[in-house]
Amino acid sequence: MQWTEVIATSYTQRQEKQVLVQIAEEKRLTSPPTTSLDDSTQEWTEVIEPRTHLLDLRLGDVWRYRDLVMMFVRRDFVSTYKQTILGPIWFFVQPLLTTLTFIIVFGRVAKLSTDGLPQVVFYLAGVTVWNYFSQTLMATSTVFIANAAIFGKVYFPRLTMPVSIVVSNIVRFLIQFGLFLAVWLYYLMRGGSTIQPNWLMLLTPVLLVVMGLLSLGLGMIFSSLTTKYRDLAMLLTFGVQLLMYATPVIYPLSSIPTQYKWLILANPMSAIVETFRYAFLGSGSFQWAHLTYSVVFTAVILFVGTIIFNKVEKSFTDTV
Amino acid sequence: MNNIAIRVEDLGKQYRLGEIGTGTLSHDLNRWWSRIRGKEDPFAKIGEANDRTKKGNSEYVWALKDVNFEVKKGEVLGIIGRNGAGKSTLLKILSKVTAPTTGRIKVQGRIASLLEVGTGFHPDLTGRENVYLNGAILGMTKGEINRKFDEIVDFSGVERYIDTPVKRYSSGMYVRLAFAVSAFLEPEILIVDEVLAVGDAEFQKKCLGRMKDVSRNEGRTILFVSHSMAAVKNICTTGILMKNGELAFAGTADDIVDYYIANFSEFNPMSKVYIEAKHRPYYANRSIKYESIEFINPSENNYFSTKGAIAILLKLSSIINCDAFRVAFSVNKIDESPVGTFFSEEIFSIRNGETKDIMLSLKDHQLAKGQYYLSFSVGVGNEITGITDYDTVIQTLFFEIAYNDVANERMITLWNSEWGSMNFQNVELR
Repeated sequence: MQWTEVIATSYTQRQEKQVLVQIAEEKRLTSPPTTSLDDSTQEWTEVIEPRTHLLDLRLGDVWRYRDLVMMFVRRDFVSTYKQTILGPIWFFVQPLLTTLTFIIVFGRVAKLSTDGLPQVVFYLAGVTVWNYFSQTLMATSTVFIANAAIFGKVYFPRLTMPVSIVVSNIVRFLIQFGLFLAVWLYYLMRGGSTIQPNWLMLLTPVLLVVMGLLSLGLGMIFSSLTTKYRDLAMLLTFGVQLLMYATPVIYPLSSIPTQYKWLILANPMSAIVETFRYAFLGSGSFQWAHLTYSVVFTAVILFVGTIIFNKVEKSFTDTV
Repeated sequence: MNNIAIRVEDLGKQYRLGEIGTGTLSHDLNRWWSRIRGKEDPFAKIGEANDRTKKGNSEYVWALKDVNFEVKKGEVLGIIGRNGAGKSTLLKILSKVTAPTTGRIKVQGRIASLLEVGTGFHPDLTGRENVYLNGAILGMTKGEINRKFDEIVDFSGVERYIDTPVKRYSSGMYVRLAFAVSAFLEPEILIVDEVLAVGDAEFQKKCLGRMKDVSRNEGRTILFVSHSMAAVKNICTTGILMKNGELAFAGTADDIVDYYIANFSEFNPMSKVYIEAKHRPYYANRSIKYESIEFINPSENNYFSTKGAIAILLKLSSIINCDAFRVAFSVNKIDESPVGTFFSEEIFSIRNGETKDIMLSLKDHQLAKGQYYLSFSVGVGNEITGITDYDTVIQTLFFEIAYNDVANERMITLWNSEWGSMNFQNVELR
């Protein structure tokens, strides 16, 4: 075998390769996809850009993915109670035990006023409403961080996630609301109590929607900001607990000294809890002005939240 | 001009290196302030090309810079490049997981991306529930999934387990079901990233076949990122090559693979390899193992003639007594496409603690001009008694076949990759 020749040939092959590379380079230079092509006749279904308009919220996309929202709701339920014996009964256990604790601590030990209402109904009403708000807020505020893995792999309108959380909490609320109704009916039938329900009960769906949107808006703001600055997650965990004491959950608004009432009423949740209690139990304070304040507050928060959320969703995978 | 599915214009993506923490807020405020004054982003100007091996001066780096290309409808575009060349970043932007820093992408048609199969699979949900959930995440409506459900289950081949939570699945079944959902998506544009690296060989073949079907029969546009040159050559019609975040070369799939091999391949011209440190992708107990493998008459850069023999010396050691075992080798082209395999009879024996030399000569190899590599295994048994591989080492020796008698060779330098890797010499004509 003549290896010298082989090596010589291989040298020519190297050269040949160089030629190939050169041809390739030329091809690249001569046929770059230019942007000057006839663009007018082409219709683009979508343009991906660094920045979109602030108000381009793509709510239509969320509607197109409504099946996905329902799928997430279903997943939340099934996965929470798979491999538990009691299953959905756990929905009842939590508010009942909380109410029991409140009765012992605030009713018996601290002897806080309940406006003359049976303590069970009074606390249960507050707990049912507050639970919905706080649980929705806590869940939506971690949307980006908790779903970073899935958000990093596939695109779907990110808003579907917080919206699905709000919906699945509505279902949870309805179950706990059923529990409240049962206890409430028991006291109503037994008679001799101070419970005086009135037509404002019809406002319940409105209250539910306002609460849902308020927690959604706040949750979106927090989840957007925590992608970059984790500090806010710390703030929120105990912030929600503290906020409960700034809401008339364990005490009636009437027991607050007049000069501090504005402080409690500045909290948009106060009017909602008070309205709910007034509607079903007939005691407490209800004013259209207070409720209107909550609604307006919610609308502003929701608007700001949606804008921030939409802005962050485009780049959060880089900063989370 | 209505046949373009994707047009990428001056696309760029900048990342900040290091941790996000102190300094983030000040940079953010700085950026915000200059935007209010209508000025450019002060950090967009700095930043360097993305060469991960070199130490840079800036904490900002461009993972993609000034990328321009077009994909026509029905085209299957292969995207290749080394790790960190910007392939995945490009796909992430295309699939809207993250936004670009500069430039824009114009898209005609619905995009679905498979950066990973089984996204959103929940371990506690059954296979059926996960098919619906995953389908919805990928953009299908409930009605669409209902219609295709039977086909999906059929394709996955896990019908028996469909009402069992997926956490009880074997990893193979999990991947099969996950890919099956993705395979029945009906977007106009499909983005695929290396999903074919999963599943057994039979399923991989099925997946490749499905991708080909989708592009050929249904006219879909596919963007396919892969490290497997063979797969790119096999599936794609055109390709682009990424290098340090920039588009290095665009052309037909064959051109791009040849270009890549000529410029980036990891052809290792060592004539002797010691096996100990070699990575083994497959499990082997190594009771009989390879110590070293070498060419007996090495030439410079491992060039061999189209005629003649390739002689190899195998050194084996053992910690068991074995009276009859075999050795096997296979030859692959440098682009990983397989060429052929040889299994010896079980004619070798070895004692505990012994080392053994085996000479192997591939006479009259008939390999065509090109670059190849060798992989070896040692084992016992057959299909009836069950096969045991004691050791398997892949990509050991690399070699190149060249013509040694230039004047008398008719097809010199003209061998075309489409003609295959074998240049048959033993043909009888009458």
